Amino acid sequence: MKTSQNEPIASIRGVTKRFDDKLVLNNVDLDLFEGEVLSVLGPNGAGKTTLISTMLGRLSLDSGDISLFGNRPGALEVKRQCGAMLQVSGLPDMSTIKEHITLFQSYYVNPMDYDLVMAFSGLKDIENQYSKTLSGGQKQRLLFALAICGNPKLLFLDEPTVGMDITARKSLWEAIEKLKSQGTSILLTTHYLEEADQLSDRVIMLNRGNIVREGSPEQIKSQINTKKIRFNSTETIAAFSQLETVAKVSQVARNNPNEDGSCYFELESACAEKTMAEIFDKQLKLRDLTIIGAALEDAFELINNEDSLQHNRLSE
Amino acid sequence: MKSLVNDKPNLFNIFYLEAKTETLRLFRTPGFSIPTLLFPIMFYTFFGIVFSMNPATMPTYLMITYAVFGVIGPALFSFGVGIAIERGQGWFDLKEVSPMPASAYIVSRVSLTFIFASLIILLLFAIGAMFGDVRLMRWQWIALALIFVLGSLPFCAIGMTLGLYLKSNSAPATVNLIYLPMGFLSGLWLPINFLPEIMQQFANLLPPYHLAQLALKITDMDLGFPVALHVSVLAAYTLLFMFLATKAYHKKDKQ
Repeated sequence: MKTSQNEPIASIRGVTKRFDDKLVLNNVDLDLFEGEVLSVLGPNGAGKTTLISTMLGRLSLDSGDISLFGNRPGALEVKRQCGAMLQVSGLPDMSTIKEHITLFQSYYVNPMDYDLVMAFSGLKDIENQYSKTLSGGQKQRLLFALAICGNPKLLFLDEPTVGMDITARKSLWEAIEKLKSQGTSILLTTHYLEEADQLSDRVIMLNRGNIVREGSPEQIKSQINTKKIRFNSTETIAAFSQLETVAKVSQVARNNPNEDGSCYFELESACAEKTMAEIFDKQLKLRDLTIIGAALEDAFELINNEDSLQHNRLSE
Repeated sequence: MKSLVNDKPNLFNIFYLEAKTETLRLFRTPGFSIPTLLFPIMFYTFFGIVFSMNPATMPTYLMITYAVFGVIGPALFSFGVGIAIERGQGWFDLKEVSPMPASAYIVSRVSLTFIFASLIILLLFAIGAMFGDVRLMRWQWIALALIFVLGSLPFCAIGMTLGLYLKSNSAPATVNLIYLPMGFLSGLWLPINFLPEIMQQFANLLPPYHLAQLALKITDMDLGFPVALHVSVLAAYTLLFMFLATKAYHKKDKQ
């Protein structure tokens, strides 16, 4: 399947986009390869949806160039290779799920088998319901079904799991994994870092229209080397904040201590081993100890803070 | 770069499914189907039959003008309000980035307009013939039906333009504000010669007036202007609004 791993199916070169005077995308370069899941992360207004819109050919570019399958975005031949799940607030009420999907399938040359679409989206039991009667999560699943029903080579998912409960979210993740294993390339924007962490081969972080980080979820997480140490203890918070290697101490559920007066604490440390040694030296008593590496969420927060600081310094 | 396979899906299948889905959807939407079908029938029954001022000519004259009024409705509303609402929801954007050919969107809504127009015409003809004593030759019935159905096309173009420019929350009110006064001023509710001279002059600018005059020619009830004038005005409106709609559709960065 992956014969052309080194040839991007989509490439973005030096794309800049402004809305009025606001710079939304700033000289963005990006390649997307076959069978790759690329997540675009960033705070609200970072330019995630704008990036997708430019790739779908819905926006003009102030400068730069985008090529999909060697063609310009928005061309009908390109659209026939793509599926998109956009942020849609409502769909035509009085059509059934089956009617919607059958219609969208007709737009494509080799649509996905209807039963397979049903299996991926989990809508089989309600295929004859009008879209009016669907819950938020079911609507999202229908939009996902419409995005994949044409067997697209390239799939755009703009915040696909918004409004889904955890079961629906997990089954969508499963569907994404399967599509990926069939060679579908997927560009995903999300607020849920857990989602990006689990699904992506590569993550880019956008902030103010700039790509501030790019890499695998592991690479990004490894850029911060703090560990979190969690435990239960009857000691006071001051006892832990005196430790030399601890960057930050927080007391979890301070107002609600256990019967013996113990509390949960969370320490952040650049070197968990040294911190633990300090704790044992001082004979502080701990129970229920866990030490965990940084989640993508922590990396995300840290990087955004750094970037904002830098931005503020520059503008001063 | 990988090159694309240049296969194409079956265009007629897309047209068929798009039209079927859209028509079924609107028949199931009472907010659309009931007023569209009922208003022309109701008005005609009141003004053309029950309170008819001149039983010899009025039922025939008003059957024709209310048919014009009737076929404009689905054209303006399915395009104008339908597109505006779908744009507001983001659904139109999804259709736009999907590989749906733009022609399918237009063909489906034109077919739907034709279907609703045909139903309205049949109902009005039936009421006219049964309760209004309207007597016409067979060719006249057929010619009238054709003029009405094809005459909805300029209003499809106008509706499409409105749908692409109006905001979804104001679209229904705005379309009604155009539809109802335009119908009245074109002499669709009351015969045009009942209106003051200045309003008759103004009616020359309105496409429903020209469509009505064209149809009234079949029963020799028109004001006597040439067919070419009416047809060219209607054609000019169609072209102008098709141009405006195409421009709006292909405009990027729309919000």
